[in-house]
Amino acid sequence: MINKQVTSISDAVADVFDGATVMVGGFGEAGSPIELIHALIDQGATNLTVVNNNTGSGEVGLAGLIKAGRVSRMICSYPRTTNSTVFPELYRSGATKLELVPQGTLAERIRAGGAGIPAFYTATSVGTPLGDGKELRQFENRDYVLETGLTADFALIKGARGDRYGNVTYNKTARNFAPIMAMAAKTTIVQVGSFVAAGDLDPEAIITPGIFVDRVVHVADPAHESALVAKGVTYP
Amino acid sequence: MTTPADTVGLTRDEMAQRVAIDIPDGSYVNLGIGIPELVTQHVPEGRELVYHTENGLIGMGPSPEPGQGDPELINAGKRQVTALPGAAYFHHADSFAMIRGGHIDVCVLGALQVAANGDLANWSTGAPDAIPAVGGAMDLVAGVKTIYVITQHCTKHGDPKLVEACSYPLTGVGVIDRVYTDLAVIDITREGFQLIELSPGVSFDYVQDRTGTKLLPMQGARGA
Repeated sequence: MINKQVTSISDAVADVFDGATVMVGGFGEAGSPIELIHALIDQGATNLTVVNNNTGSGEVGLAGLIKAGRVSRMICSYPRTTNSTVFPELYRSGATKLELVPQGTLAERIRAGGAGIPAFYTATSVGTPLGDGKELRQFENRDYVLETGLTADFALIKGARGDRYGNVTYNKTARNFAPIMAMAAKTTIVQVGSFVAAGDLDPEAIITPGIFVDRVVHVADPAHESALVAKGVTYP
Repeated sequence: MTTPADTVGLTRDEMAQRVAIDIPDGSYVNLGIGIPELVTQHVPEGRELVYHTENGLIGMGPSPEPGQGDPELINAGKRQVTALPGAAYFHHADSFAMIRGGHIDVCVLGALQVAANGDLANWSTGAPDAIPAVGGAMDLVAGVKTIYVITQHCTKHGDPKLVEACSYPLTGVGVIDRVYTDLAVIDITREGFQLIELSPGVSFDYVQDRTGTKLLPMQGARGA
């Protein structure tokens, strides 16, 4: 019988290894799998390359992971937040490297990685510092840069509902990068707010089919990053 | 020229109102953060625009009533918004397929600098200690059909933002169609900056003095 449910959140992230590439879902706090990230902080894996649109806020969730010194490299489009100094300090000291990628290129690189496409051409970044040094090619009199697909060892994502097959739905704009990260990672770990019986999710409404998911862990009432930051919570 | 500079030209809301006039009924629109966001408040009566936010929502509505928001229903500026009837959610690759695939009609962005050939710089001052952050700006200018810039004509220090060539790192090459400032509406043409309209009480010379390169006068009488 297929059962991707993992009952313990610490078991769900137990095999994340030092030096792994980890995609973390979320755009700002929407879709940030805070409980999975905190479990990863507790687990101790280090020298991680993390793929996320941002770098977290306050000192919880992704910012907490960065603050704990576990992230040697960030791949993201927008590493600035108004309420976190964690990434800027480690970036300026050289402790955390940054690969800055335009947001749409980041999304398409992840999508391509998950779809078995090693590289693609895009007009985004042509003639800018982020396009410098990349292979250029003309199609129909327009210049495009070559970008490579992006894959990962693990993806940590947050869903709304999930079942034992790994089928997942999302809440509003919490979806963002999660469906494509689920495709691009060798091991995709999803925390869901509600765990339901197989058949309870309408097949027409499933956003991430279970084939892209390896583990589902039930986290009822997940924390919201902004609420934790407002309360001055830090993790660990 | 004795009028204090801060009383000349349009306010931020008037600038947004001026841009809104030029966006056709039924357009799919992406608005940048800041002054561009004000455009939603000035759409002429009877006109329906559909707002796209790149983090996965089309049919975006205004901020929620206090206490009614969802921290997972936000816009690209990470502020809480609402979803209007007819809205749809989608993942990031689909969202940027809308942008990069040419499906969004109009994008209104802020600017650090715009060059006479339509180059835009709006993501980095290139300062060595700055944290570089680009977000979706390069995708928007590469993919959206019509790109409008809305910006103060000069920086806080009085330096022109409309220049011969951008000194800041570029967001895109030759991508801007039209610039709306507090002083004027200016098109990017093959010949350079073409004045289209002066704000009330503003003369051609006043705008030219505050523009970093040659400004082509409107057809007909020069000045106002």
